Amino acid sequence: MNQSARAVTAFAVMAALLAAVGFGQSWSVALVIMNLCLISSVMAMGLNIQWGYAGLFNAGVMGFAALGGASAVLVSHPPVTQAWAAGGLDLLIGVALFVVIVAAGFFVRNRLPAGQFQRVFMIVVVLVGYWVGRGFFASAVDAIESVDPVRTGFLGGLGLPIIFSWLVGGLFAGGVAWLIGRIALGLRADYFAIATLGISEIVVALLRNEDWLTRGVKNVTGLSRPVPFEINLQNSDWFVRMIERFNARTLAVAPDVDRQQMLTQLVIEGSGIFVKLCYLGLFLAVTLLILGLCVRALNSPWGRMMRAIRDSEDAAAAMGKDIVYRQRQVFILGSAIIGVAGAMLTTLDGQFTPSSYVPLRFTFLIWVMVIVGGSGNNLGSVLGGFVIWFVWVQAEPASQFVLSNIASWFGEGSGFAQWLLDAAPHMRLLLMGLILLLVLRFSPRGILPEYVRETR
Amino acid sequence: MSYLQGLNLRGGYGGAEILHGCSIGVDRGEIAVIVGPNGAGKSTAMNALLGMLNLTEGRVELDGEDITTISTQERVKRGIAFVPQTENVFGSMTVQENLEMGAYLRRDDFTSTMDQVFELFPALVEKRRRPASELSGGQRQQVAVGRALMTNPTVLMLDEPTAGVSPIVMDELFDRIIEIKKAGIAILMVEQNARQALNIADRGFVLVTGENRHTDTGQALLADPEVRRSFLGG
Amino acid sequence: MTDFINAFVLLSNFVIIPALSLGSQLALGALGVTLVFGVLRFANFAHGDLMAFGTMIAIFITWWFQSLGIGFGPLPTALLALPFAIAVTALLTIGTDRLVYRYYRRVGSAPVIFVVASVGVMFMLNGIVRIFIGPDDRRFADGERFIVHARTFRETTGLAEGLTFKLTQGITIIVAVVVTIALFWFLQRTRMGKAMRAYSDNEKLSRFSGIDPDRVVLVTWIIAASLATIAGVLYGLDRSFKPFTYFQLLLPIFAAAIVGGIGQPVGAIIGGYIVAFTEIGVTYAYRKFFIYLLPESFEPSGLAQLVATEYKFAVSFVILVLVLLVRPTGLMRGKVI
Repeated sequence: MNQSARAVTAFAVMAALLAAVGFGQSWSVALVIMNLCLISSVMAMGLNIQWGYAGLFNAGVMGFAALGGASAVLVSHPPVTQAWAAGGLDLLIGVALFVVIVAAGFFVRNRLPAGQFQRVFMIVVVLVGYWVGRGFFASAVDAIESVDPVRTGFLGGLGLPIIFSWLVGGLFAGGVAWLIGRIALGLRADYFAIATLGISEIVVALLRNEDWLTRGVKNVTGLSRPVPFEINLQNSDWFVRMIERFNARTLAVAPDVDRQQMLTQLVIEGSGIFVKLCYLGLFLAVTLLILGLCVRALNSPWGRMMRAIRDSEDAAAAMGKDIVYRQRQVFILGSAIIGVAGAMLTTLDGQFTPSSYVPLRFTFLIWVMVIVGGSGNNLGSVLGGFVIWFVWVQAEPASQFVLSNIASWFGEGSGFAQWLLDAAPHMRLLLMGLILLLVLRFSPRGILPEYVRETR
Repeated sequence: MSYLQGLNLRGGYGGAEILHGCSIGVDRGEIAVIVGPNGAGKSTAMNALLGMLNLTEGRVELDGEDITTISTQERVKRGIAFVPQTENVFGSMTVQENLEMGAYLRRDDFTSTMDQVFELFPALVEKRRRPASELSGGQRQQVAVGRALMTNPTVLMLDEPTAGVSPIVMDELFDRIIEIKKAGIAILMVEQNARQALNIADRGFVLVTGENRHTDTGQALLADPEVRRSFLGG
Repeated sequence: MTDFINAFVLLSNFVIIPALSLGSQLALGALGVTLVFGVLRFANFAHGDLMAFGTMIAIFITWWFQSLGIGFGPLPTALLALPFAIAVTALLTIGTDRLVYRYYRRVGSAPVIFVVASVGVMFMLNGIVRIFIGPDDRRFADGERFIVHARTFRETTGLAEGLTFKLTQGITIIVAVVVTIALFWFLQRTRMGKAMRAYSDNEKLSRFSGIDPDRVVLVTWIIAASLATIAGVLYGLDRSFKPFTYFQLLLPIFAAAIVGGIGQPVGAIIGGYIVAFTEIGVTYAYRKFFIYLLPESFEPSGLAQLVATEYKFAVSFVILVLVLLVRPTGLMRGKVI
C-alpha cells in the first residue's frame, strides 16, 4: 500500500471510530473527543518537529503546554485594578531591580578584570540585589494576593479576546524554549531529556505557586470564550428558529402539547453541539494551518538540512552547518506550537488549573502520539494525536465495560469483583505502555512512516 | 599448513567487499606482519581471523580445525588474544585489574602468568595500583599487551601496536614481542611502520586492495627491490 | 553555650537528620540509575516506577506476614519482606530486559531509543502498580516509632529544643550505609563486579577478554532491582507509599545521579546527599536558629527562609541545571558528553 492510500485508510478508520461514538454514545461526546484530538494533534506536530525533524528528545512538553495555558489567563482575564493599585508599583520596582541585578552581574562579568575580586564582587552584587529586590517583591506579592483573595488575589490579565492568547501562548513557549535551548542544547540526547523534564517541572511549579500571577492552585475559572455561550444561544431567536427548521419533521409528528417542551430540549442539546462545532471549526483551522506550514517547512531546503543534521550531526557539521543554532531554532518552533495547543486547551476548558499538568498526560502521552503516528511525518502526528487520544479517552469506559462483565461472573459483592472495578481506570496506562512498546518494536516508523524521497 | 591461517578470504562489513581472496597464516613461535598501503584491508584481514567479519568465501583454521563459523568469544576461549589499535585498556581500572580482566575466563591460578607479565614489563610493577588512563602511551600499550597475554593465548594479534608511540618505545615494544614469540606464541601484527616490523618478522604479507601482493620472509621482503620501491619508500 | 547547643539540636532535628535520611534514599535510587546508565548506557525513565513496583510487592508481603502474625519485633515487618520483594522485582527487571531492551541491544539501537522504550515500560509499571494497589496513600510502617522522642530528649537533657529521631530514619541511614558498602565491595573486589566495571568502561575490549555481556546485563538488572526496591521501601517506611510520589522521585534521583557524575557510583551517593541537603536546607526557615545564635538586635524579622517550601521540588532541578551549565560531566567526571 502506498503512502497516500495508507494515510487515507488510516484517517477513514479514525473517522469511522468517531462516527461510531457519535451514533453509539452521543454526538456531544464524539465532538468533545474530536476537539481534544485536534489539540493533541497540534501538540504532537510541535513535538514531531523537534523529535522527527531534528532528533531532539524534549521531555518538557508539559511545561510549554502550561505556558500556553497561562497565557490564556494573562491575555483574556480582565485586569484586577485594585491588585495593580495595591502592589503594581512595588512589583514593577521588584522586576526592574531584578533586571538591574542581572545587567550588573553581566557588567561585572564582562567589564571587570577576571579573577578573585571579580568573582567575589559578582556574588556580592547578586546577593545584595536579590535581598533588596525580594523585599519589594514580597511586599508586592502580599498586597496583591490579599486583594479579594476569594475571587481574585492576582493581577489579572489584559482583558483582550482569548483567541489572541493562542498567539501569545506560542510566543511565551517559544521564548522559554529559547532560554532552555541556551542551557541544554548540545547535551547528549538523554541528558537533554532529563534537563527538559526538570525545567518543565520548574515551570509548572512556578505557575502552581505564584498566586499573584496565575492564582496558583486556586485556579482561574470562567475565562472568556471565542465562541458564544450556550445560554445566550438558547435565548436568541435565530438559533431557536434554526433548530426548529432543522428538526421540523420530528416536531411535526409530535403531539401539540409536547411540542414546546421538545423544542426547548432540542435547543438545549443543539446549543451544546453548536458551541462544540464552533470550537471544532477554530481548532480545525489552526491544525490545518500548522500542518500546512509544517509540511512546507519539511520539504523545503531547511527541512532537508534539519533531517541531515538529525541523521548525522558530524556530517552536517562537516558541511558547515551550525548544529546547535539550527537545533535551537527547531526547538523554539516546536515549543511554540505546543504553546499554541496549550492555549487552545485552556480556552476549550474555560479554566486554568495548574495542578492538572502532570508529565504522564502532557509529556509522555504526546510522545506516544508522535511515535505511534510516525516520527518525522506531520500527517502521522495528526493521526497519532487522534488515535492515541481516542484510545486514552475510550480505554476507561471500555475496560470498565469488560471488567464489569468479568466481575459479574464472580458475583457483585465479592472482593475480587470490586478490585476489578477499581482497576478499570488504570488500565489505560498499561495499554498506552503496551502500544508504545509494540509500535517501537514491530513498527518503529509508526503508522504513517516518514516519507523519504529516494531521488531528486 | 600454519597454526592459524585464513585461506582465500573474501568479504566485508556491510555490502562492500574489502577482501578479495587474501590468505594469511602464522605458526607458533613465529612473527607474521601484515603491511600495505592505507585501505588495503590489513585490519579487515585481522578482523576476519577474529570472526568479526561476514565472510562470503574462504576459511579460517586454528591448529588444523575449521573455526570459520564460530563466534569471536569462542575464538578467544580457544586461545586467540587480540590487542585493538585504540581503546585497548580499561582506563578507569587499575593496571592489575586490567590484567585480571584478561584472565577473566581462566578458572585456574593465574598469578604465575601475571608474574610473567610483570617480568616482561617491569615498568608496570610500581604502577599496578594506578588507573590505566593515567599511564603514558607506551605503558598503556604494555598493559594492553599484558591483558591479552593473561588469557594464556597461543595466538596474539596486535593491530598497529606502535601507532602514536615514539621510536624508542617502538623498539622496546618490538623487543618484548620477540620475547613473547620465544615462549612459543604465534604473533600476527598489522603495522604501519613497515620497515621496522618486517625487520623482526619471520613472515611478511604485503596486502594491496584486499589481495596478497607479496608474501615472503621479512628479510626477503626487505631485500626485494619492488617492495622497497613501492612500500618502503626506496 | 546552651543557646549554641539548642541551635544545633534545632538544626539537627529539622535539617540534618531529615536530609541524611532523604539523602540516603535518593542515593540508593541514584545508584540504580547510574549503574543502568553505566552498563546499559541509557537513562532509565522507568526507575521511579520500578521503585514503586518493588515497594508495592514489599507492602503485599508485609500485609501477608502481618495476617499470619509474623512480626520483626521492634523493627518494621517490611524489612522482613524486603528480600522477597527484591526477588520478585528482579524477576520483573529481567523479564522486561528479555522482552524489551535485549532486542534493541541486539540491533544496536541509539541510546535514545532505549529511553523511549523505558518510557513505555514506565507507563506499564505505572498502570500495574495502580491496578494492584490503587493510587492512594498507604502506610505500612509498624514496630517502634522512635529511637529518640522529642519530649524524652527534652526531659533528659533539660534543653529547650527537642530532638526526634525516628526509627525509620535510623533504619534508612544504616541500611543505606550497609548496602553501599556491600555494593562497593562487589564492584571492587569480586570477579563479576570487576567484569561489570570493565564492560561499562570498554564494552568491545571486555568481549575480547571473554566477558559475557548477557551475564553482565543480567547482574546489572538484579542489582538495579534490589537498589530500587530497597530505596522505595525505605522511602515508604519513612514517609508513605503513593504511586505518584514515586514517579516524581525520578527527578531528584536523576538530579543526584547527574550532579555526582552519571555512571559513577561514588558520584551518585554524593549527589543524593547534595540534593537532599540543598532541598531541605534552602527551604528551612532559619528564624529560630538565628534567634538562638545572634544577639537580640540582629534577630531576623522574617522567616529567614531562602526559598518557599512549595519550591522544595524545584530545588533539585535548579541544581541539575546549574551542574549542566557549569560542569556537565558532574562532580566525579561521569562518562557522558
